[in-house]
Amino acid sequence: MPSDSAFWVVQILNSMQLAMLLFLLSVGLTVIFGLMNFVNLAHGSLYALGALSSYSIAKALGGMWPAYVLAPLIVTAVGAVLYLTIIDRLRAAGPMKQVLASFGLIFVLIDAQRYIWGTDQLGVSHAPFAGSVMVLGEPYPAYRLFIIAVGAVVFALLYVLLERTRLGAEVRASVDDAETASCVGVNVERTFFVVFLIGCALAGLAGAVALPAFSAEAGMGVAILVPTLAVVIVGGLGSLTGAFLGSILIATTLTFGQVLFPRFASILMYALLVVVLLARPSGLLPARSA
Amino acid sequence: MRPVRLSRVFTVAAALAAAAPLAAEEYRVGILLPFSGVYAGLGNHIENGFNLGLDHFAGTLGPDRIVTFKADTEANPATGLAKAKKMVLQDRADLLVGVVSSAVLGALRDFVHQSRTPLVVANAGNDDATGQNCSPSIVRVSFSNSQINRPMGAWMGRQGIKKVFLIAPDYAAGHQMMEAFRSGFIANGGEIVGEAYPPLEGTSDYGPFLAAAKSARPDAVYAFFAGAAAIAFVKQYHDFGVDREIPLHGAGFLTSAAYVQVQGEAAHGITASLHYFPDLDTPENKAFQAAYQAKYDGAVASEFAVQGYDAARLVIEAIRAAAGDKEKVKSELAKVRFTGPRGPLKIDPATHNIVQNIYVFRNEFKDGKIVQHILETIADVQDPPNGCVM
Repeated sequence: MPSDSAFWVVQILNSMQLAMLLFLLSVGLTVIFGLMNFVNLAHGSLYALGALSSYSIAKALGGMWPAYVLAPLIVTAVGAVLYLTIIDRLRAAGPMKQVLASFGLIFVLIDAQRYIWGTDQLGVSHAPFAGSVMVLGEPYPAYRLFIIAVGAVVFALLYVLLERTRLGAEVRASVDDAETASCVGVNVERTFFVVFLIGCALAGLAGAVALPAFSAEAGMGVAILVPTLAVVIVGGLGSLTGAFLGSILIATTLTFGQVLFPRFASILMYALLVVVLLARPSGLLPARSA
Repeated sequence: MRPVRLSRVFTVAAALAAAAPLAAEEYRVGILLPFSGVYAGLGNHIENGFNLGLDHFAGTLGPDRIVTFKADTEANPATGLAKAKKMVLQDRADLLVGVVSSAVLGALRDFVHQSRTPLVVANAGNDDATGQNCSPSIVRVSFSNSQINRPMGAWMGRQGIKKVFLIAPDYAAGHQMMEAFRSGFIANGGEIVGEAYPPLEGTSDYGPFLAAAKSARPDAVYAFFAGAAAIAFVKQYHDFGVDREIPLHGAGFLTSAAYVQVQGEAAHGITASLHYFPDLDTPENKAFQAAYQAKYDGAVASEFAVQGYDAARLVIEAIRAAAGDKEKVKSELAKVRFTGPRGPLKIDPATHNIVQNIYVFRNEFKDGKIVQHILETIADVQDPPNGCVM
């Protein structure tokens, strides 16, 4: 078992990279959960859509940079269509119907994506920040540092948005108590819509950012859905900092679990989920007042 | 007019009937592949190869015809078994072709054996299917897990490589491949200095396993991964700089033609063994690749496509050899031999597994593409019976 500090620093960086990917996915989902009480299981498929559209954009325009900008826009547009046709109608229906509908949406989206992009694994071999950077004498992929940077910048931007802008105040008010907020003059419906779109854009960005590091295939959203949901539950519904903290916790559990107990790594994630739910049922940093 | 004698009428009629051609036979072939789910890509490759094989060889059947119909196993054993039963019992399939997942093959084995329906396996590699679970009704035209890895172990030993670290996903195929490699490698003077088996599902970060490999200080790493896992593993092996210190070797699925161009530069320098690769320089393969790329919009034929192609040819040659006797087709399937895009191919009568060449090749990244150069051909690799009793 390696004990030098370089190994552990590399694993910490790996956890942070996975955490940032999970954060981009979970922050949209958690605010949608907390704000709209809506269970959107198809969020993972939007991540897949982000990765697949990035592949096409990168191929057409010859690089990833346009894809980082355009893919979130495409996913936002698709999200807007889904919201206006399906999701808005189901907001009043109970959680069972929402789960059923969004679960069904997963399969519809997967098959639509397979129809458009085919069934093979797709990927890009020329990405920005290729090559490695020396970290304490160990080579570390520079692209993963880029992923960490993107996550940190998004967190900072969202924090400023939430704490310092009017939209942010409206979001916080609506999450806290939607009825009173609308009494005070907040257009809760419009706030929901804007938040949903931001969530979709972030899922698209996560897919675009993940593509060069891994590969894309229509079913990729399903695998990442479970850790994302775990982050939302552990971090607390509706909370930005909760999503950030939850992502770090879940990613660290998964990454170090693989180092120390490879066979039990995913069980550790569920164990963490159970412990948090027993100790703090609303999550670690819930946004709603009691 | 004299009345025609009835006996003469019958004689003429009988003569005419004998001179008329035999009624054309229709052979109903059920294609059982995953067309949805994680293995859909492989299913499509195999089907494409099979259809190309029909284009090329069905004309040799004379008046007989092959009618194909397909079903989606979803790579799920229960679904695969249900669809197979429907194909045989309801759709009157004379034979079945396909099966990507060894789990599905395991579920089908008893049904195929008891109903005596010939099944031509076009992918699933579990050793037991032509070992302790073999059946006269199962003929495998693809590969077995140990067939790909055992000769590579022997080859690496002969190259003077002494210490190897093994990495494969933690499921039956991963372990079978590593066991086969181990037996070939140790028999040629090698030593396994460590092994790691990341979980099959949900591992996208191989960092900890790569670190474990590095600290064991092997001369080489031998790995098996397929699909998205292979792409991620090879990319990370390169991104973490491990390829600068320890050369990576593996079962050829690690750098399969299906996705080696996605791996790109990361696959440079990887040495692998497989029963087929697209750059194989033979006239049969060049013709096959040209025809496949012409038919399928420039897509390069992978090992899965050639398995489908050879399956089609195997079925057609068996039908021709049986000369109209449908029962005889079953036994003829195991007697077919030909030289195809992979090289010489025949079926071992003791196990019904394919006997074929295994090629050791190296991946080179040149001018923006991966090209695969052959290092050695290991001819006529045949599995031992492994407990098979026909």
